[in-house]
Amino acid sequence: MATDSMVPPGESPEPFHEEVPDPRRRDFINIAAVSFAGVGAVAIVLPLINQMNPSADVLAQSTTEVDLSKVEPGQAIVTTFRKQPLFVRNLTPKEIADADAVSLSTLRDPQTLEQRTKPGKKNWLITLGVCTHLGCVPLGAREGENRGPFGGYFCPCHGSAYDTAARIRQGPAPKNLLVPDYKFDSDTAVTVGVAS
Amino acid sequence: MSFPWAKHYEPKQPLMRWLDEKLPLPRLVYNAVGAGYPVPRNLNYFWNFGVLAGAALAMQIITGVVLAMHYAANAGVAFGSVESIMRDVNAGWFLRYAHANGASMFLAVVYIHIGRGLYYGSYKAPREMVWLLGVVIFLLMMATAFMGYVLPWGQMSFWGAQVITGFFSAIPLVGETIRVWLLGGFAPDNAALNRFFSLHYLLPFVIAGVIMLHIWALHIPGSNNPTGVEVKDEQDTVPFHPYYTAKDGFGLGVFLLIFALFIFFSPNLLGHPDNYIEANPLSTPAHIVPEWYFLPFYAILKSFTADFILPAKLWGVLAMFGSILLLFFLPWLDSSPVRSANYRPKYRIFLGILLADVLVLGYVGGAEPLPRNVIMGQIAAAYYFAHFLIILPWVARSERPRPLPNSITEAVLAKHGGTSLAHSAAQA
Repeated sequence: MATDSMVPPGESPEPFHEEVPDPRRRDFINIAAVSFAGVGAVAIVLPLINQMNPSADVLAQSTTEVDLSKVEPGQAIVTTFRKQPLFVRNLTPKEIADADAVSLSTLRDPQTLEQRTKPGKKNWLITLGVCTHLGCVPLGAREGENRGPFGGYFCPCHGSAYDTAARIRQGPAPKNLLVPDYKFDSDTAVTVGVAS
Repeated sequence: MSFPWAKHYEPKQPLMRWLDEKLPLPRLVYNAVGAGYPVPRNLNYFWNFGVLAGAALAMQIITGVVLAMHYAANAGVAFGSVESIMRDVNAGWFLRYAHANGASMFLAVVYIHIGRGLYYGSYKAPREMVWLLGVVIFLLMMATAFMGYVLPWGQMSFWGAQVITGFFSAIPLVGETIRVWLLGGFAPDNAALNRFFSLHYLLPFVIAGVIMLHIWALHIPGSNNPTGVEVKDEQDTVPFHPYYTAKDGFGLGVFLLIFALFIFFSPNLLGHPDNYIEANPLSTPAHIVPEWYFLPFYAILKSFTADFILPAKLWGVLAMFGSILLLFFLPWLDSSPVRSANYRPKYRIFLGILLADVLVLGYVGGAEPLPRNVIMGQIAAAYYFAHFLIILPWVARSERPRPLPNSITEAVLAKHGGTSLAHSAAQA
């Protein structure tokens, strides 16, 4: 800062005397400009991240209607829900009894068959056919496939075994086969993908 | 940046002098891989593999760019477009087999390159940054190889994508959201295939960029050598060109010979027949296995079968990523000042055991999940971590290394007739 007491003619007597504020005007402009650019960068990054999420056409395929009238007790059918396999099984009374006989404390992901089915429709077990370990399709929904040591589903990839309520009983999978949201439209028709 | 006795670039032609003043690109090449880069005189053939890896990357980029002219990244037609490359495109079969087997060759060469670094202590000071950048390249290669394997949209492609993106769903709370975000859907489909193609095209160029940093970082201390003793003076080195350009050229010839054997005589040896079946989201192949180069890591993933505080699945994923991330800490886990395993009797034995251990993991990774294999995998996975976290620090403290030679030249002359340094000095 100038400390010269000589004031050139025509100029203010105290040209540079102001205190240096903190932050200085120039620092403030710097911070403001960089912050604004940062906000702009975030605004541009958001759509770049969001474009990775499922697009409208993928989300549009989000419900599946299933006709249950042809599924006999003991049978299962495989259909698709959101491009993933969906297992629909009509449990036999013995399979229901087997599932109810299991003590909850022995389960990795404790759930009763009631919690996994709709009231009064305990024989209709509707789950995703996606192993909760790494996403393989478990065997057991089609005729003659290996249903594993617990009589439900068996994943051939890493040996996860599910019981007749599609609950994880053995192997590396952490969770029971996922029960998607669905509702009964009539006694023989369900819509998967909408909450009941 | 280089040794003081390095040769200087002195262009004689007026055109080259003019270019050197405006854009000293020939000077950069001369100092990087020409006569201006002095290299230890005792490098063995294990030092070929860096150049071979670079050559493999170049071949992958060339064949890949050409394949992209014929491939269609759309789930409806991708499988068919690959078949059309095989049957209809002129020389398409050759380009595709070269690209598919080229990936295996690239990974094989890089594994030997990493093994060389482990044996001769190339990861130690002052070359830690070279090692760290190398691990980054390895991670990028794994991502690129995985996404490339998805592109033919066969059964293994689809289920590989399903399993690998399934890793992310192991993350607590946000895992499933991340998985859906990565795939752009609830299962691998068109959105996933498109983005994998985009990234598969991009990442090799990122790898090329990191390789430049890798070489830059290497050229600051200069190359390591089989004795692990630093270069002391001019007689320890020879210029990279013509000595190692010639040696690398010979190695490249052998590499291409083996590469050609795969392409022309057993192009599908390393692949899986299931990948010639078009992707079917409703049917899992009986036995999902990744490509051979991922098998040891896959075995580590599979070896967690019971919950322990965290779910087994999360442990498996953490351990698998941890087994690679662990390599970032290697320069500080091994505190022994001696680099080369030739002078480290204990380390040498344990490194041999580690190699056998990784081979066992590779076997288990590809085997059926029988109880016997699972237990074998668990023991081998535990040993892998024990090697880096327990054995290595312990060996570094307790080992008594063999006496090091005073210089590279002394080691070289002792090998060739046992001449002493004094004798060679008198000759010089």
